[in-house]
Amino acid sequence: MMKLVLALIAGIIFGLGLSVSQMINPDKVLGFLDISGNWDPSLALVMAGALAVAIPGFKWVRRHDKPLLGSRFHITVKSLLDKPLISGAALFGIGWGMTGYCPGPAFASLSLGNQEAVIMVVSIYAGFWAAGFLNRN
Amino acid sequence: MQNFTPISALLGGALIGFSAFLLLWFNGRIAGVSSIMSGLFTTQGANRHWRIAFLIGLMLGAASWQFFATEAITFRQNYPLPLMIVGGFLVGLGTRLGSGCTSGHGICGNALLSPRSMAATLTFMASGLLTVYLIRHIFHINA
Repeated sequence: MMKLVLALIAGIIFGLGLSVSQMINPDKVLGFLDISGNWDPSLALVMAGALAVAIPGFKWVRRHDKPLLGSRFHITVKSLLDKPLISGAALFGIGWGMTGYCPGPAFASLSLGNQEAVIMVVSIYAGFWAAGFLNRN
Repeated sequence: MQNFTPISALLGGALIGFSAFLLLWFNGRIAGVSSIMSGLFTTQGANRHWRIAFLIGLMLGAASWQFFATEAITFRQNYPLPLMIVGGFLVGLGTRLGSGCTSGHGICGNALLSPRSMAATLTFMASGLLTVYLIRHIFHINA
């Protein structure tokens, strides 16, 4: 039960962070990706702010044997760079540039009565399904 | 660069980083939204329930800010539908093949100093920049 409460709280803070930083606004994201236009570097600072907290935070957490509420850390750190990783990331970037949405802001925006978010999330799930199909065959 | 909002960007980013820290510290889970979303229909029991809770929280967090903020975000209208559908599909396909998105690789994976996540982040940044360049400055679609 506590795990669910924690996941809910983490989700709320994440959603607040996306809103405060305006990453929930696709125009803001595309403003970052448009370096030859009227460039808006904000997204780089969102990542910097997140990493400034997460790098020392994760380092400290991983000194423990297990999480506070669980039996183990669900982490897989592989060092091998393979083709699915790079081609997948490249395809994701194309979709990100076409829409201005990555998965977090798309799902968070479902609550804002934003019709685009619904189209985005349904299309993302179609992509998930296609990836699952490719991986099975 | 008149749209640059450094303070709110850093502050919002810190909140996202703190969320990822909490989820790892308490639950031992990575706050990668594409993985959490895709697992919504492929996992069962407790492994599914925390995903539902996180995603509900994600929507609540965004909605409460939009509700209480003095200056609510106004969203674009009439963005080309084909771009949304094809782009959304590629976001889903790409994040599953590449095992992560802006949060999973860009924040959590990089925070774990994972070489795979660093390579993925550089790759999706590069293809995103190139895509926006082509759309806006070569094909002159919309914006």
